[in-house]
Amino acid sequence: MPFNLLKYGLSSEYPVEVDLPPPCELEPRYDVVIIGGGGHGLATAYYLAKYHGVTNVAVLEKSYLGSGNTARNTAVIRSNYLTSEGVRFYAESVKLFQNLSNEFDFNIMYSERGQLTLAHTDATVRAFRQRAEVNKHFGGRTEMIDRQQIRELVPTLNLDPGHLPVLAGLWHMDGATARHDAVAWGYAKQAAKLGVQIHPLTEVQDLVIEHGRITAVKTNRGTVQCGCAVQAIAGYSSLLMAKAGIRAPIHSYPLQAMVTQPFKPFLDPLVSSSALHCYVQQTGRGEVVIGGGSDPYPLYNTRSTLELKEGLLAHAIEMFPFLANARLMRQWAGITDMTPDYSPIMGLSPVENYYLDAGWGTWGFKATPICGKTMAELVASGGKTPALIKPFALDRFSTFQQVNEMGATAASH
Amino acid sequence: MTSPSRLPAPMGLLIDRDRPLHFEFDGTRYQGFAGDSIASALLGNGRWLLSRSFKYHRPRGPLSMAGQDANSLVQLPSEPNVLADMHPLQADLAVTGQNFSGSLTKDRDAFLGHFSRFMPVGFYYRSFYKPKGMWKVWEPLIRKKAGLGVLDLDFRPEYHDKAFLFTDVAVVGAGPAGLQAALSAAEGGARVLLIEQQPILGGALNWARFAIDDEPAHRLGQELCAAVESHPNIRILREATCNAWFSDHFLPVIQGNRLYKVRARECIVAAGAFDQPVVFRNNDLPGIMLTSAAQRLMKLYAVKPGQRALLLTGNDDGYLAALDLHEQGVEVAALVDMRAQPNDGSLLTALRSRGIACHLSSTVYEALHGKGMRHVSGAEVRRIQAQGQVADSGLRIDCDLLCMSAGYMPVYQLLCQAGATLSYRDEEAAFTLRGLPAGLEVAGSVNGRHLLDNVLRDGRRAAAAALSRLDLAQAGNSEAKDFLAEPRVNFDWPIFAHPKGKEFVDFDEDLQVRDIINATRHGYRDVQLVKRFSTVGMGPSQGRHSALPTARLVAQATGRSVSETGVTTARPPFVAEKLAHIAGRGFDPARQTPMHQRHLEAGAKMMPAGIWQRPAFYGPTEQRDACMQAEARHVREKVGLIDVSTLGGLDVRGPDAAELLNRLYTFAFLKQPVGRSRYALMTGEDGVVIDDGVCARFADNHFYVTATTSGVDRIYQQMLKWNAQWRLDVDITNVTAALAAVNLAGPDARKVLERLCSDVDLSPAGFPYLGVRLATVAGIPARLLRVGFVGELGYEIHVPARFGEALWDALMEAGKAFDIRPFGVETQRLLRLEKGHLIISQDTDGMTHPAEIDMGWAIARNKPFFVGKRSVQILEAQPLKRKLVGFSLAAEARKPLEGHLVLKGDDISGNVTSCEYSQTLGRIIGLAYCAADQATPGGQIPIRVEGGEVVLAEVVRLPFFDPDNTRQEL
Repeated sequence: MPFNLLKYGLSSEYPVEVDLPPPCELEPRYDVVIIGGGGHGLATAYYLAKYHGVTNVAVLEKSYLGSGNTARNTAVIRSNYLTSEGVRFYAESVKLFQNLSNEFDFNIMYSERGQLTLAHTDATVRAFRQRAEVNKHFGGRTEMIDRQQIRELVPTLNLDPGHLPVLAGLWHMDGATARHDAVAWGYAKQAAKLGVQIHPLTEVQDLVIEHGRITAVKTNRGTVQCGCAVQAIAGYSSLLMAKAGIRAPIHSYPLQAMVTQPFKPFLDPLVSSSALHCYVQQTGRGEVVIGGGSDPYPLYNTRSTLELKEGLLAHAIEMFPFLANARLMRQWAGITDMTPDYSPIMGLSPVENYYLDAGWGTWGFKATPICGKTMAELVASGGKTPALIKPFALDRFSTFQQVNEMGATAASH
Repeated sequence: MTSPSRLPAPMGLLIDRDRPLHFEFDGTRYQGFAGDSIASALLGNGRWLLSRSFKYHRPRGPLSMAGQDANSLVQLPSEPNVLADMHPLQADLAVTGQNFSGSLTKDRDAFLGHFSRFMPVGFYYRSFYKPKGMWKVWEPLIRKKAGLGVLDLDFRPEYHDKAFLFTDVAVVGAGPAGLQAALSAAEGGARVLLIEQQPILGGALNWARFAIDDEPAHRLGQELCAAVESHPNIRILREATCNAWFSDHFLPVIQGNRLYKVRARECIVAAGAFDQPVVFRNNDLPGIMLTSAAQRLMKLYAVKPGQRALLLTGNDDGYLAALDLHEQGVEVAALVDMRAQPNDGSLLTALRSRGIACHLSSTVYEALHGKGMRHVSGAEVRRIQAQGQVADSGLRIDCDLLCMSAGYMPVYQLLCQAGATLSYRDEEAAFTLRGLPAGLEVAGSVNGRHLLDNVLRDGRRAAAAALSRLDLAQAGNSEAKDFLAEPRVNFDWPIFAHPKGKEFVDFDEDLQVRDIINATRHGYRDVQLVKRFSTVGMGPSQGRHSALPTARLVAQATGRSVSETGVTTARPPFVAEKLAHIAGRGFDPARQTPMHQRHLEAGAKMMPAGIWQRPAFYGPTEQRDACMQAEARHVREKVGLIDVSTLGGLDVRGPDAAELLNRLYTFAFLKQPVGRSRYALMTGEDGVVIDDGVCARFADNHFYVTATTSGVDRIYQQMLKWNAQWRLDVDITNVTAALAAVNLAGPDARKVLERLCSDVDLSPAGFPYLGVRLATVAGIPARLLRVGFVGELGYEIHVPARFGEALWDALMEAGKAFDIRPFGVETQRLLRLEKGHLIISQDTDGMTHPAEIDMGWAIARNKPFFVGKRSVQILEAQPLKRKLVGFSLAAEARKPLEGHLVLKGDDISGNVTSCEYSQTLGRIIGLAYCAADQATPGGQIPIRVEGGEVVLAEVVRLPFFDPDNTRQEL
């Protein structure tokens, strides 16, 4: 039994450690207003306070903390992207993740299981080799492995699904998962300790922009003046950007996922198939999480559909035939803000002191720490974009400088 | 042979006493009856311990007997987490418990319960990570403890299928409300589909008791069932579960091995209500069950649930159940009513007249047990002094059955999936549903109607509402509005915290009262956060019994109303469903060209190309290189034949055909002569190259455009999409699968073709390079295209698919004299690489624009528009960042693989897209992206190959082979 549980068993009064601060009054003005109390917004607040001494910060969340895509994603952490810009960025994120439990003094259950992506066509083999090479170039642990190695790694996997035999695998040893909610709570806990105010149930309904600067946000609890504002929401990022008069090349699609009942562990790595558009992982609780591609049309609705479930589960059974007898317990959906190049939109906006952390599609959770860190740096410096996120500027779409991660994003998330 | 504990008929509606079945549980042989569930058969044998709980490994027995709890999850040989109270008993079934260490009866992990104080809510967030790195040690240990059943990893999917059903009205649930609704709707002229989970109709009419004299209800049930079963407008699905509600009344109904996908115009949910447990210490012991579960056991399975019963109730239904138990010979030790008195005073009289003690304003404070906690042995009953507060002492009552009923929670899952919300009414201490979408009605106890008379009225009302929307309304349904006043059925605070804990709010997750309260004290005040932090409601029963007490506890702890607190979101499915049910029969479409058989006969190594299968080369896998080189030499020196049927083909016909292509592709097509082809390059709106092909004009109004195998479906879609805006006068048809095609290539190609085609002048002047002709080849009508993809004299011959094999045979036969041989896709890739032709999607990526691949020549600059023109212009005006170049290496150098990186100093400047050894040239050749300033022919690019070694490759001008194109233009 770990030492720090003793106090719970041995003390007569339950030792309450407050993780999430109790509700408080909204102040009339903050130096920094962060819109969105998910992982990204809370991380930004935390790093602002920790590294930059900026503590007159409010995080405004329309529902409960971490209620958006922080709650809905399937918690895949990886850096095996395709572009130099992407790999560099996500690799930093992975590094930060690895230390978060101890930094938070709160176990996010970071589980380094490795991620295996399967190639069923020679085109995918080519693309995977490039990803492996780019990863290695930036210090990541990624290898191409053959069928025999795949068999040893995941003995239960069917290597010959349908007419698409597995040719090779991209084995990303840095691939991991974590308790996604705990990431948001850990940031909230530490940010609050440093003086950041966190306001759940506070919905930003409009932005007040005067002479190209944001001066206040209007919420359901009244108007709040601000020195600057950060947009850190997901699912509706283009709608909020529109309130700031910014047009975003974002289309929002529902993304569904599902989970089975808990079973005794049989699968360690996160396994995804490029051709079957399906990924399968077993959580620490023993449940099997299954996800795949987005819905085929844009929509702002987190309803579940039967069609997607039918196709996805058929593919999951192709990969692991014995799952046919497993029982599905729950399906859910989130809304993903997809950009044309499958990379985020971060940094400055046409509104001078309004900073963007948007367009997070299916790659938001894994970027949480590095987003917070770089956005904090951007805000604290009054708009000096850190080199790591320069490639993700909004204006890349008008200057044709896209960072194309399409090939490294599909189905793996 | 009757088991001693089975009750006589009419108890046991579901079982067939003439069909005994033998089965095993945990190695012991038992006997049950056809119609039993696993759980009822076990209880019939006096076996109560079915499972061990998730966290503390406490012994558990059935709670609901309705498939609504995780206590009865058992393991079948190839099926984990089976609901023992729903799974029908089969002969020789081998059942075991799950989630134990050692044996189910002696679980070594049961000690964990004693350490629950050291495992407070969310304890895993507070430990196991210090000192840094420790989590890696703890995690595998903790993981082993997680999970319930064991998956059979050798299990192979069994047959499952799907069917569609269409109906006017779908009625979910065949209890009194559902039966009445179905009958009224059917009588009104609607086609009705009635969906019932049980094998028999009637729902609560089969097991509940509605009055002291139950005969009228019994008779009514029989009449209703008979009327429904004989009505021609009603189709009944028994043992079927409506497992979700999807938009527009799209209902997945699982029955046997089949998933029905039901489209209903109207939907009536009469799914009933979940009986709710009371929260007190040790409320999870085997022998403690919901009152309804005890009634189900008796009436459905003839199982006597105990010898001496104690009933704990918050409503009158507990009194009626006491009468049931008494009548079946169970000694009723006492009835404990949490209320001051029953709504119907005659119930007290009825019980007392039977010698049953009634303790009012009292509760069970703690359930008692013997060693090992195998079964409840009694209860500590105390008077309630205030909300959740009891007297300091009470009395002990011995019992081996404790029935509890705190009230009801509507079966809200389907309705919340449909957009309804739950709101809590303090005066009823119950959740009710609000905001149902149009076309969705609720009836019966799910709608808060519990009096049988009201339930039936509600069924009629719901049917009338559905009928009126179906324009089948009948006059005179006013009586449906006159509901009787409903007595309150929910007790407002059936939660009794105990200093020693173990008052379980969530049985699945072993969560006690203090766990829920402490979660709020840690700051997790929103019920969603409480769920996520404590895992309440996340287990297999998805909050069916924990949602209501959790809402009450969280509301109290955070000073909010229960309505404000709410419950967590209900998501599909309603009950856990097998993946096989949803997946159905495997459907794995794969396409073969008409010549597929010929390739196999010729020993082809097949490879997937999209959903097609194509020959990679002809020969054994391990001789890939040798086969390819031999095939390539043959094409260069003699003649070869390749099946290109998978190549996309689009027929564009109509007066505006040329205009359409002019807008879609970068080249100019308006003045393209009939009988000629042009290269066709397509860019997206962002200027990125997305496809290419050949555009052949067979007539003024008829173009035949080829597209890449993998791209054609997308390109076809793009064409339709754009023309939906442009409305040009054209017809676009995807003829990919309608045509089979070959490429006959090599110096002797013309000679082979001449033997089979006489209606076209095949001479170089008569049918020059890039010419196209309609011709007859081997008697088959064909489209002939002179192309040069592999860099030799070549003819693509496209014929109707049904003649593909005949064409192949004819060409192979005619080619015999010239030593013709087939070649595969891999060989073709080598040949085109020698010619420096690129393959879109292999040599281009999501960013490639024409200037990067030297395709400026393929852009008609003076036409007003093509898709992507503006972007291409902007991109061309920017300094070039990278370029696709040809490179070559000595034959003995380390061969780069496709995907390897091109470096520039410490940076990545590009990647290898194609690379192969060319026997023709005696060198390794390839295509790669590199920085613009590395792209000068004669220079060198560093390529990092396998193992990290860097080779220096020479940048060479393309093509590698036959730079003057003399061979293809022969």
